[in-house]
Amino acid sequence: MLKTNEFLVALTIVGLSLVIGLISPAYFTIANLFDLLRSATVTGMLALGVLIVIISGQIDVSFTAITAFSMYVTVKILNAIGFNGTVLVAFLISAPIGLALGLINAAIISRFKLPTLIVTLGTQSLFRGFLLFFIGSNLIRDIPGGMEAFWKANLVTLTTPEGALTHLHSSILLLVAAALVTWFLLKYTMLGRGIYALGGAPEAAERAGFSINGIQMFIYGYVGFLAGIAGVAYGSLNRQADPTRLVGSELDVIAAVVLGGAIITGGRGSVIGTLLGVFLITIVNNSLILMGIPSIWQKVVIGLIIIVGTGLPAYQNRRAVGRLSANLAE
Amino acid sequence: MRINNAGTTGQSRPAGTPPKLSIFSLAARDGNLTRLFVIMVAIFLVMSLARPDIFPTLSNFNSMSVQIPEIGILAIAIMLTMLTGGIDLSVTSTANLCGIVTAIILTALVPPTAAGPQVVFGIAVAVAVAITIGLACGLFNGYLISRVGITPILATLGTLTLYMGIAIAITKGTAMFAVPQFLWLGSGTIVGFVPVPLIIFAALALVFALILNRTAFGFRLYMMGTNATAARFSGINNAHMLVQTYMLSGLLASIAGLIFLARSNSAKADYGSTYILQAILIAVLGGVNPSGGFGKIAGLVMALLSLQFLSSGLSMLLIRYSGSNFLKEFAWGALLIAVMVIDYYSNRRRDRALVEKT
Repeated sequence: MLKTNEFLVALTIVGLSLVIGLISPAYFTIANLFDLLRSATVTGMLALGVLIVIISGQIDVSFTAITAFSMYVTVKILNAIGFNGTVLVAFLISAPIGLALGLINAAIISRFKLPTLIVTLGTQSLFRGFLLFFIGSNLIRDIPGGMEAFWKANLVTLTTPEGALTHLHSSILLLVAAALVTWFLLKYTMLGRGIYALGGAPEAAERAGFSINGIQMFIYGYVGFLAGIAGVAYGSLNRQADPTRLVGSELDVIAAVVLGGAIITGGRGSVIGTLLGVFLITIVNNSLILMGIPSIWQKVVIGLIIIVGTGLPAYQNRRAVGRLSANLAE
Repeated sequence: MRINNAGTTGQSRPAGTPPKLSIFSLAARDGNLTRLFVIMVAIFLVMSLARPDIFPTLSNFNSMSVQIPEIGILAIAIMLTMLTGGIDLSVTSTANLCGIVTAIILTALVPPTAAGPQVVFGIAVAVAVAITIGLACGLFNGYLISRVGITPILATLGTLTLYMGIAIAITKGTAMFAVPQFLWLGSGTIVGFVPVPLIIFAALALVFALILNRTAFGFRLYMMGTNATAARFSGINNAHMLVQTYMLSGLLASIAGLIFLARSNSAKADYGSTYILQAILIAVLGGVNPSGGFGKIAGLVMALLSLQFLSSGLSMLLIRYSGSNFLKEFAWGALLIAVMVIDYYSNRRRDRALVEKT
């Protein structure tokens, strides 16, 4: 248990928090915690989708384009019909759009047996280009009433000792729900076993009777579905629909998932680890200034965290393999 | 997994036969290259017929030949690492870092009034430092991948962020400017109309084609990418090869950074962040197999030209619409997937024919 990656990441988070908290008392406040959770919501939901792709031994870099696409199209549709009712309708439009785009990925990948990095690289460019050229590239500040209301929908409102109000946004519930569903799916369903099996050894998974195509359909559909939901959350939290944002941040999300212990070659990864990875990246992104480190050093710190965070397990793994073969040779 | 026969043909030629450098003989030997050649010519013809007034003109060729070199050099860098089965995501960060350091050194050593030896000395120092930094960035990548054992995509994702971070820290996020004496490298011409960057790119493409096809290093690289275990047992030091390959990638990135600085007269930490994916796209479209071992410089150059014809042509056809850049993105994505699907069908047909024969 002490050697698991989840534990190491949790330890890093605690250590980092203690250091930041010692330097800046502002860190250990409810207001800061709420801020961190708010910033982690969208990244977290996207990361859960990426987690199951990575567990299956594949990769998806198109999900940010799907998020931007479903967010922007949903806002356009709702504005066009002048619908200002509940935000649920926005989710009901956005999620199927995301699902459909994810299924396009799945169809190309499973029909033609192509490398997933290349296909999703192509569809990222395809989705983004289609969105920005055929649908629109202008920032929409006037978001539909439902999303506007969701922007103000706080789950908890507390008064800080200084007398200011601090809010926990209700979109965190989406992340919690997505995490629970993904956890249940991976832990207790045959589909989840299939995803791990596919990542561990595709050949063996197929022999064991798993339908590889079916699993792939599910994986990319699920990533698209989560990306669609994250799109509405993203638009609501920012109170605007900017179709040019988000694409380009997919590598950050993948980094968070990998820091959380998922192995890029497949077969291993957990929901808890992924959430911890997301929180670690969010804390570093948000709290360096609190530590007195100028924001210009932020990228250096994140780069080092990725290198150390992936290098340490890789190095240990290499030594373990070395020992194993040495033992075998004796 | 995709079956790809690009790259296997060149090495089976008996020693002593002179290589045929004509594009037609290359294409005839290799199905993927033939297809690419047809696609390239088709795009060129369609665009020329659609806009005969502006597409096949000298001024358009000039503007295209300005856009080709930087992305082309980065694509060669990524191709080399893909031949080993890895990838180098840090090339644009490396290029920007080198451009920034060059700009700082040039500004310090070459005042606007400088002439003659002082200019030559200043530029020589700046270029030498830039190339050293590029090699160092590649060395670090190679070390992380071969000694520490991090997967290439993650190691270079980390260094992509790290190198960009260092560049931001040096410049505080602002743009750095070159000196006028340096700009010839980016916008000068030779024999009146051939841009200098294009010549640099052509020379690099030729050199790396020779390295890959004619040297022991190239042979070992293809071998390692095809089967790393077999390569190790035939006495190839895979760790050394990896470090050298990533250093070459860093070297190419630094050259791209120098050209970019000279052409745009500025360098910034986050320039060209879309170049990484574009460079991967060019390499893959050119027949480079991301899992290693297969791919030719000729294919990469044809893919680069196809995409350049496509994007220039599209922006001419759509000059009335805003955002033709976005249509370019759409078209590139569609082309990538279309080529992969065509490859799939033609490889399947070839495999079936082989099965029937045996």
